[in-house]
Amino acid sequence: MLCDICKKTEATVHLTQIVEGKILKVDMCEGCSKAKGVQDSAAFSLAELLAGFAPAAQPEEAQAEGPGVQCPTCGMTQADFKKLGRFGCADCWVAFEDGLGPLLKAMHKGDRHVGKVPGKAAHTLVINDRIQELSEHLQKAIRGEQYEEAAGIRDEIRTLEAKLKVA
Amino acid sequence: MNLEEFLKSPMEWVEAEGPQRKIVLSSRVRFARNLRGFAFPGWAKKPERQRALEAMLPVVQHLPEMERCFSTSMDNLAALDKQVLVERHLISREHAARNVGSGVVINDGETLAVMINEEDHLRMQALKSGLQLKAAFKVLDKVDTELEERLDYAFSPRLGYLTACPTNVGTGMRASAMLHLPAMVVSDQINQVIQAVSKLGLVVRGFYGEGTEALGNVFQISNQTTLGEREGEVIERLNKVVLQILDHEENARLSLLEKKPRLVYDQVGRAYGILTNARTMSSKEALNLLSLVRMGVDLGLFPPDTQRVMDELFILTQPAHVQKAVDRKLTAEERDLCRADLIRGRMKDLAQPREDGVEPPTGGQTKIV
Ligand SMILES: [Zn+2]
Ligand SMILES: [Zn+2]
Repeated sequence: MLCDICKKTEATVHLTQIVEGKILKVDMCEGCSKAKGVQDSAAFSLAELLAGFAPAAQPEEAQAEGPGVQCPTCGMTQADFKKLGRFGCADCWVAFEDGLGPLLKAMHKGDRHVGKVPGKAAHTLVINDRIQELSEHLQKAIRGEQYEEAAGIRDEIRTLEAKLKVA
Repeated sequence: MNLEEFLKSPMEWVEAEGPQRKIVLSSRVRFARNLRGFAFPGWAKKPERQRALEAMLPVVQHLPEMERCFSTSMDNLAALDKQVLVERHLISREHAARNVGSGVVINDGETLAVMINEEDHLRMQALKSGLQLKAAFKVLDKVDTELEERLDYAFSPRLGYLTACPTNVGTGMRASAMLHLPAMVVSDQINQVIQAVSKLGLVVRGFYGEGTEALGNVFQISNQTTLGEREGEVIERLNKVVLQILDHEENARLSLLEKKPRLVYDQVGRAYGILTNARTMSSKEALNLLSLVRMGVDLGLFPPDTQRVMDELFILTQPAHVQKAVDRKLTAEERDLCRADLIRGRMKDLAQPREDGVEPPTGGQTKIV
């Protein structure tokens, strides 16, 4: 059986999903399944877009591995989570990220959020982008010894950063 | 407003004539939301929970939708009053068990309710009469957006709204419709539906009564998953399935009427007779008889407004409501006496069932059943 995506390589990954009473089947080769990442391609494309738009909103504190993982914010341990089945705080989602993927996939239709985004988060994303853009201009201005312009840009960045703090 | 005023003001979903109201009692949408910077209520220590409550309560109270509302900290509610709110499905059983550091805000029509510090920091629900899932979503979406302007939600672009339990992460949304399906129960089709629906990522459970029993033949159907699908898609799918179940129920009623008209009318008539004459009645018996009369309305045996009275009695005949009506704690036997009185009182002005017009058997050959 050939891969449904590239139609070249032998399919080794076979996905079956029941969506609205219809059975959907996709057969993919190793390479294409990795490239696609998830089963739910419709949900994924949007999630991909979102992810590209918003690089890690939360600090990457999840280096700790092994049995002793503990949430640095609330102190919940992996063992606590296993026992209670509930997280201790929002940062636990980062602390216990490893191994969460399969759990979420088994529980839900996909492993990425494609629904509502709070206005504030969307707003933050836009401001972050703008700051990024201005920072590049600032570097250019400094390299070109345009100090007056650079000062103006720096003020603008500071205003935006203040806005982020308020939000 | 205080609790007494609140309980006296009419329940909007009962009064309103929502679409498909004959079979769909109500539609409900719930969101779970949490704040950044506070441990989730189940893990937080008491002082932290209280600080979170103090941060959220005024914001919720000041929603324009909550202009007239009942609002309290859970430790200020008597056990019986908590139970009354549980029976109205305004708070969960779990929330009723909470005290200091948890709260609730409900608007006077009971169409919007917010639990503070349940399993998540915020559990809000919007309720509409009949099949109005989209409308309920719209109301709650607006409320959520208003709250979000003043509260710092825990949100991740990849995982969505972060919740205490992984089963709620993503949209944090649970949409549900409450369906009255007596004919499907009688004709043994309900288990088939429950199984078919579970393959679509939806769950069916009894709405009244505890555990698996579905007293009064009222079922709640809701989505099971919250991640990887947009809110609108979930609601669309649920709506479609509800419409299909509605069709099945209507067909089941027609086929019952075709095959055994007299038996159906007999059951409805007897239910009416018992409800209007009994002097003692358990909550289970009440719900099941009320269900039959409710179906009788749909069959044209009673005037349409009888249905509203039945929907109200579904709620008012539950144990805490019966005790609240006489304002004291009652034993189970006392409750059954009070319940029967309450039902007779409410039903005494209702019209009797109309004649069904089914021809009596002729020549002694026709079998009725
Ligand atoms: Zn391929
Ligand atoms: Zn934590």
